[in-house]
Amino acid sequence: MARGWLRWFGPIRGGNGFVPQLRRYYLAYTLGFIAFVLALAGLEQLGMPPRWIGYAFLLFTILLYATIGILSRTSDVTEYYVAGRRVPALFNGMATGADWMSAASFIGLAGMLFLSGFQGLAYVMGWTGGYVLVALLLAPYLRKFGQYTIPDFLAARYGGTVPRLVGVSAAILASFVYVVAQIYGVGLITSRFVGLQFEIGVFVGLAGILVCSFLGGMRAVTWTQVAQYVVLIIAYLTPVCILGYKVSGSVVPPVAYGEAVQQVSRLEEKIFDLPAEKEARDLYRARADAIYERIVRLPDSLEEERARLTVKLNDLKANNALLRDIVAVEKARRELPHSPEEARVKWEAQMREAADRGAQPIRHAEAFPERPEMESHYARLNFLSLVFCLMVGTAALPHVLMRYYTTPTVREARESVFWSLFFILLLYIAAPAYAVFAKLEVFSNLINTPIIKLPSWVAAWGKVGLVHIEDINRDGLLQWAELSLNPDVIVLATPEIAGLPYVVSGLVAAGGLAAALSTADGLLLVITSALSHDVYYKIFRPQASTQWRLVVSKSLLLVVAICAATLAAQRPSTILYMVAWAFSIAGAAFFPALVMGIFWRRANRAGAVAGMVVGLTITLYYMVRVQFDSIPWLGLHGIAMDPWFGIDSTAAGVWGVPLGFITIVVVSLLTPPPPHATQNVVTRIRYPRLEREGF
Amino acid sequence: MKLTQKHQEYWRKNLRITGVLLAIWFIVTFVASFYARELNQVVVAGFPLGFYMAAQGSLVVYVLIIWFYARYMKRLDREYGVNEDED
Repeated sequence: MARGWLRWFGPIRGGNGFVPQLRRYYLAYTLGFIAFVLALAGLEQLGMPPRWIGYAFLLFTILLYATIGILSRTSDVTEYYVAGRRVPALFNGMATGADWMSAASFIGLAGMLFLSGFQGLAYVMGWTGGYVLVALLLAPYLRKFGQYTIPDFLAARYGGTVPRLVGVSAAILASFVYVVAQIYGVGLITSRFVGLQFEIGVFVGLAGILVCSFLGGMRAVTWTQVAQYVVLIIAYLTPVCILGYKVSGSVVPPVAYGEAVQQVSRLEEKIFDLPAEKEARDLYRARADAIYERIVRLPDSLEEERARLTVKLNDLKANNALLRDIVAVEKARRELPHSPEEARVKWEAQMREAADRGAQPIRHAEAFPERPEMESHYARLNFLSLVFCLMVGTAALPHVLMRYYTTPTVREARESVFWSLFFILLLYIAAPAYAVFAKLEVFSNLINTPIIKLPSWVAAWGKVGLVHIEDINRDGLLQWAELSLNPDVIVLATPEIAGLPYVVSGLVAAGGLAAALSTADGLLLVITSALSHDVYYKIFRPQASTQWRLVVSKSLLLVVAICAATLAAQRPSTILYMVAWAFSIAGAAFFPALVMGIFWRRANRAGAVAGMVVGLTITLYYMVRVQFDSIPWLGLHGIAMDPWFGIDSTAAGVWGVPLGFITIVVVSLLTPPPPHATQNVVTRIRYPRLEREGF
Repeated sequence: MKLTQKHQEYWRKNLRITGVLLAIWFIVTFVASFYARELNQVVVAGFPLGFYMAAQGSLVVYVLIIWFYARYMKRLDREYGVNEDED
């Protein structure tokens, strides 16, 4: 089946029949992939071991992406940076969808919605509504402008090197923070499904990313991303449809799950007020109080704790206790923190966890629960500001905006935003349904059942450390408060939760990998084109030959990718925060300067530079001071501050973006208007085609 | 450079439609979310309305906004003779 469409990826020629041909090839590809999945399902029935199925999926898909990457290799600058500007709207939409939906969307989103209910929908709205801003305010104008990168636009619109340099720094900062999270996701998937060591998994995944972007730049990335979109959407919708059909019996589960939402609410009503449930919560709150007590009395309490465990151990030994109990106490003593500082960090985390479990549980569909009045107010404020930051960030992340440089015309750029959001919606509308179905399954089959009779997937994921159960009230039954699930487990474990064959698990792993790889590709391309095109070519060596520019770009790609993978292998713990930060950074740095550059002719260089710097600075400042108390490698300590109006560090852009706009207006009005030529640039990008353009 | 009357009219119409669509975007996103708790009192097809808007409703409105804008601007481009020459 493969020969025909593979040959096509070689030299791409425009002209008649291009789009129908493209459709035919990708249709054949999709059917081929489905046939591959069905064949594996058949083999599993015949007794193929699950491990092999995992290998088959990951190897086959990575080989596929690599093949497309190699076949669409290029050494032409326009092909390398913007795929020759001939990607039709529909396919650009698919590529943008894959580019956009990262490991966080694929693996993390449904799990987060499962845990935080309505509050998590901020991500669903924020990550889709931003496309309205892209469509109305940016995409058509950037396409008309038609250069290679976002800093290119800033340089042409505002003139000079400084806007370009500020743009380059912000693009690299935001994309790098984001790409580390993707490579981390790749490591997670390869280590879990193929059984590679995490650090090795990171570098294997990296190889897959590099083959594609290294050889063919934007052209290879585009055609690979379309292929990756097909894999990831099939992988996402298959388990959610099956699970949905199983628990709710609806025909189109991801859309018509209203009844399931109601069922969840009814079960919450029943479960949360059971005496055993309340008892478990009381016990957790008591534990949190006890730990608080200990933290306050540091460092004495650490010594007391050690002494207490020693006494207990001696007692047990003297009374001929069970070996199992003795070993447990010995282990507890061995694992006591070594210093008071270490104890504080460790105990504070434990206290937070206990307090969370002891708190009133979240009701899934309830918006901004109003228990303590202020809390509800903060929940709403944070919801709205996070939505704002994610939307503005979406409309400012260079790897998304760059995709709209690749369409043939302005009209197709507009249509392409429609297709992008359409393809993204297929996953985002399914994610909240995923969470509801999983919750229904957990409520009806797990809660209040004897712990020894829990289904086998609980134990299996418990071993990996993603599911944790503790019978705190020792009644032998599982209470909701006693179950803790890692957000990543929901999507990855759903096939097992629903009792599906292993082939579906393999499919999900392949989908998650496609999501992480495609986003990483797009981001790496932004970073290297910023360095090679904007810094090296435009600033340092404008006389550099085409050949040499691509050599520089490819070597930088290698260096950046290895840096990102090295950082990801350190397992930075706050990966979800990092993704949200990337959005705030990008939004604050780019959004005001881009929008004002198009819609306000009077905006000048001083205004734009000041606006970008001020917006970025205030955002970084707020993020760092709200999130961290000390940064050891910079020698900073005790820098934490109280958040303004209770807004989280993830929504720091809520300060930077408006301030950026205000700064641009004020500084621009205080300084002379931009030169005539610059104003003409603005006029030109407002019209898809202008007569007498040769001025 | 001098813009013709027609060009300026095109840009004004573009600004108007952009403004109207952004207003819809704003209401669906921020006003609806602000009142999500109140909207949740209404139940449509099993969904509490506030939850529905955030999980599906607003997303559908977004995609419709973009679809409408692309279609409207395509017509406007032709009408004012600023469309690209292709096809």
